[in-house]
Amino acid sequence: MRNRPLLRTSYNQELALLDTTSKKVAVGILLAVGVALPWLVEDQLLQLIGLACVTAIGAIGLNIVTGYAGQVSLGHAFFLAIGAYTAAAIAGDPDARTIGFGVREILIWLPAAGVVAALAGVLVAPLATRLRGLYLAIVTLGLVFIGGHVINEWSSLTGGPGIGRQPPAPTLLGYDLNTGDAFLTRDQKLYLLMLVLLVIAALAARNLARSRVGRAFTAIRDRDIAAGVMGVNLARYKTIAFGVSSFYAGCAGALLYVGIGYFDPTTFNLLLSVQYIAMILIGGAGTVSGAVLGAFLITLLPRLIREVPSFLPFISNSPAESPNAYQLETVLYGVLIIVFLIFEPRGLFGIWIRLRNYWKAWPFSY
Amino acid sequence: MKDFVESVLRGIGTGSVYALLGLGFVIIYKATRVISFAQPAFMLAGAVLVTYLVGPLGFFLGLAAAAVLTGGLALGVERLAVRPMIGRPVFTVAIITLGIDIAVRVVVNAAIGLDVRQVGDPWGLKVWKLPGGVQVEQRHVAMVLTTAVLIALLFVFFRYTRTGLAMRAASYDQEAALAQGVSVGAVFALSWALAGALAAVAGTFAAVGGSVSESLWLIALTALPVIILGGLDSLPGAVIGGLAVGTVQELTATYQGSLPWLGGNISVVTPYVVMFLVLLVRPYGLFGTREVERV
Repeated sequence: MRNRPLLRTSYNQELALLDTTSKKVAVGILLAVGVALPWLVEDQLLQLIGLACVTAIGAIGLNIVTGYAGQVSLGHAFFLAIGAYTAAAIAGDPDARTIGFGVREILIWLPAAGVVAALAGVLVAPLATRLRGLYLAIVTLGLVFIGGHVINEWSSLTGGPGIGRQPPAPTLLGYDLNTGDAFLTRDQKLYLLMLVLLVIAALAARNLARSRVGRAFTAIRDRDIAAGVMGVNLARYKTIAFGVSSFYAGCAGALLYVGIGYFDPTTFNLLLSVQYIAMILIGGAGTVSGAVLGAFLITLLPRLIREVPSFLPFISNSPAESPNAYQLETVLYGVLIIVFLIFEPRGLFGIWIRLRNYWKAWPFSY
Repeated sequence: MKDFVESVLRGIGTGSVYALLGLGFVIIYKATRVISFAQPAFMLAGAVLVTYLVGPLGFFLGLAAAAVLTGGLALGVERLAVRPMIGRPVFTVAIITLGIDIAVRVVVNAAIGLDVRQVGDPWGLKVWKLPGGVQVEQRHVAMVLTTAVLIALLFVFFRYTRTGLAMRAASYDQEAALAQGVSVGAVFALSWALAGALAAVAGTFAAVGGSVSESLWLIALTALPVIILGGLDSLPGAVIGGLAVGTVQELTATYQGSLPWLGGNISVVTPYVVMFLVLLVRPYGLFGTREVERV
């Protein structure tokens, strides 16, 4: 038995999340490294990795609606913004220039941000159930522009463009996560919080995907008419997809700027939506681990590119000269999207699958 | 009343730029069933090329040369990045064009640099005075005339030439067209080239009276609500949608002062608001064909 990893003798084995020993070991090691990371790397990098964890939550959300349910959404930035401002308003300082209610408990403002964003998603869903394909993509793009206008103008909530406001300062059951203490620094606390949230979000998404709802999503993605004929209620499941996806986006938006400590309404533009699309396409659409991989790659990309000028001296690190590292970064977004879609449509996840299958059969190629 | 007439005239002027952009989108959509998000980049590329060519060639020749060059660029992009994707889901191709847009736009922005680049047009901000004290800017008249000429040329091309017929056939049914000896690949290439050239002209006219800057691509995005409004596969729809959106936008810009709670730049987002309203009533736009699904 032990030497036949694909032999299943019960339904429980068939349905298990981690169905092989190697998966269990790999996930265990990953988690152990993740938990140990605060003591292994410096705080600045840790903050970036924490940001990548939050971004991954948002990418998992977009993956639910676009990767699993096949409804193309360019409006993710809009839902991120709703989450970010809901959380900032609930947790904000009541005496500050911008709206704030002073409830700093993360167990309150994080779900609230998710729920408000999910409500917005459910409100948008009727449009989505009427439209298909590229019409839907452009309508969701319209959401980003209209939402962007609203948050730019509503300066009592958002601080206004160029000024911005503070993100929520998290407190967990009275324990302040936003300042360092004798045991952990601020960045270490925030990183651990975000890691835990990412694990919860990923598990929830994975379980959703293999439930009745998830199978309905996949059916709609693959052929919506066939799904409808089989008895999948299209309107209902598209609404659920938008709602859940926006919930994830709202939670991610609420946490996205906690590490940096400041955010500006102009951040929530089309480019942000495109970045999230890039994450799930580069990582691998329709897989949770792909979304996480893509989010980490895209978030860490600027940091990696800042190292490029030391290897290629003709690329400058100053934004006034051309070609510079910022231009290279933006070009790479575009080129990565194109290259992955043409050569490896299943993304990083697909590369991993191919590698795995190669070594599984090694030294035989078939 | 004077304000009203002037803003309608301005709206028709800017609307004709939207119409040109929209036509590019619709031509590509009809040929390949894909919305090309690369159009903003081509528009910017065209306008920047004109700023470089206007010195040696003069405005009109420079514009023509830039249109041809941008068409060539679009042709190359189609061959490199879009042709390998035939048979893949349209969404995938649309996202590829988004990637192209990002990459091309960075290169073009680097070509703009930090200087103020102007297209060197003969109109600037000069105006003609009409009876009743109404002023109409010469550049808007030029935009409308250019658009009208281009639309007429496109009409003749699609209606009376063999190539135009081939393009119409390919957009109607690719396999049947192939069976009749139409090279569908050539149709794809030609539609991208045409759209690129139209975008270059539109970009140049959008920059007339101002300067070429990175933010010009936002104008091209306004063409998206335009084509959704008119219907993705309708050429007349793109023209009518463009004029309608341009007019609504200019009217809002004129009268937004009376609704201050909407915020200062509401006219920038009015195209999207109009699009939402129309789509709630007609999911396939005003003139788009309703999709019939066969199982």
